[in-house]
Amino acid sequence: MKLYSKEVMKHFIHPQNVGKMKNYDGLGKAGNLKCGDIMYLYIKVGKDEGGKEIIKNISFETFGCTIAIANTSLLTTMVKGKTLKEALKITKEDLLKRFGRVPLVKIHCSLLAVDALGEAIYDYLSKNKKPIPKELRERHERVERDKEIIEIRHKELVEIEEELHQKTKHIK
Amino acid sequence: MRKSIYLDYAATTPVDPRVVKAMLPYFTEKFGNTMSLHSFGQEAKGALEESREAVADLMGAKPNEIIFTSSATESNNLALKGVALANKEKRNHLIISQIEHPCIMESAKWLESQGFEITRLKVDKYGLVSPDDVRKAIRKDTILVSIIHASNEIGTIQPIAEIGKIIKKSNIQYQKSKIYFHTDAAQTLGKIPIDVNKMNIDLLTASSHKMYGPKGAACLFVREGTKIEPLLHGGGHETGLRSSTVNVAAIVGFAEACKICQKGVKKEAQREIKLRNKLIKGVLGKIKGSHLNGHPQKRLPNNANFWFEFIEGESMVIQLDLIGIAASTGSACSSAKLEPSHVLLAIGLKPEEAHGSLRLTLGRWTTEKEINYVLKVLPETIKKLRKISPFKKSFKF
Repeated sequence: MKLYSKEVMKHFIHPQNVGKMKNYDGLGKAGNLKCGDIMYLYIKVGKDEGGKEIIKNISFETFGCTIAIANTSLLTTMVKGKTLKEALKITKEDLLKRFGRVPLVKIHCSLLAVDALGEAIYDYLSKNKKPIPKELRERHERVERDKEIIEIRHKELVEIEEELHQKTKHIK
Repeated sequence: MRKSIYLDYAATTPVDPRVVKAMLPYFTEKFGNTMSLHSFGQEAKGALEESREAVADLMGAKPNEIIFTSSATESNNLALKGVALANKEKRNHLIISQIEHPCIMESAKWLESQGFEITRLKVDKYGLVSPDDVRKAIRKDTILVSIIHASNEIGTIQPIAEIGKIIKKSNIQYQKSKIYFHTDAAQTLGKIPIDVNKMNIDLLTASSHKMYGPKGAACLFVREGTKIEPLLHGGGHETGLRSSTVNVAAIVGFAEACKICQKGVKKEAQREIKLRNKLIKGVLGKIKGSHLNGHPQKRLPNNANFWFEFIEGESMVIQLDLIGIAASTGSACSSAKLEPSHVLLAIGLKPEEAHGSLRLTLGRWTTEKEINYVLKVLPETIKKLRKISPFKKSFKF
């Protein structure tokens, strides 16, 4: 038996939508350096024929293990072209279902990907002063709380993360 | 498919075909129980005692000082708990280093929960324990000092002979009760020369499956006169120190593996050092943002351990496996605990640096062609993962 399923390996070997996005509308971050996964998700928002806001473009950068990389890749393919409302409905169970078998200790990686997407949409809505659904606000608060715990415990790590990202900000 | 390149000899080694051949009769024809009085038993007992001599020979010990066990983990547990419990009446203190194998770290932690005091010695940036720190840590109530001979992760070889001398001197000068010196030599026996007398070692752990023998056999050298309690009580095998029906086939294999190592230990070490140096030089030269973990010279002949900036080790190992290279990492994502390697943190790496670690360990069947292939494909693998990482710089290859 292989450690990872075919679907995981497909996304790991050929990750989709990789890279930093120029002029993004929303950026979501999730994860922490201690357990070794950091995800950055960028979204560009557009409108569909009916005038609903959709995720026109999406890309990601992940520092992390096989599952973390595969997860973010899979999520980007699932939400590209979807309305923001549809995108927010995706749960970690949806990702896990697509992957089939996932080692137990890796299940939290799926949650991180979903969190990063929620954060990107939250970032877009709040920057544009648009109404934020209650559930998303709660989710954001939870992610912030998690971050706070991480920051209190591992302040240094967060600083390193910021510093590392600053270093690379202007490189295409 | 192309043949895989195995560079994880520190995890385990394939069994040498000569070892397999030596073991085979002990499954079907010479299957007796060493405790039986009849010919089958005598035959098994004879094989066991011959094996004891071969294993003792490789480290300069007497045969009656070798206790066979099932694993290095068991040997290390026996050394720490057995000696601590046998000497607890007047003394209470043990010294280990911060970079021991988990089975020593966890045994020490358990002893701590039972009321023993543990000093965990710091190491320098290369992973070296300072003999002077050992001297300073020794107290009147010290029972045992246990320092790993060479790190299974970063390959740093400790100054065991020097530490042995310090403990011997301290025993002569101050102590009424002897301080025992244990070393975990699972990564070194058969790879570098060991003499338990010259090095003043009282207890030594060695393992068969790290030196081309089968899994399920290991030993603890216990110097004559050492006060030690068994962990397993029963029929009184191994002079009462390790009751259990003896795994004769595996022990015969272990002994055969020792004999093979004894013949060629220096020559093989030189061959591996040459290949390892080529690998280290090549990686550091070809890949920007790559660093060597451990000491540049005082390291196991077969160990190379790096960390790469901006990427994570688990995905690196899986990526390398896809192109036919078997390697290992100290990343949190590879462990059940989701914490980075305590050894890499002890030598001063930050967690995210430890996450980017990669261990390549060579062995008897590693060829120069294989090292060349690794040097050819590793830079591409690193580049691919850095492309995905949010923390990349504009690395040029």
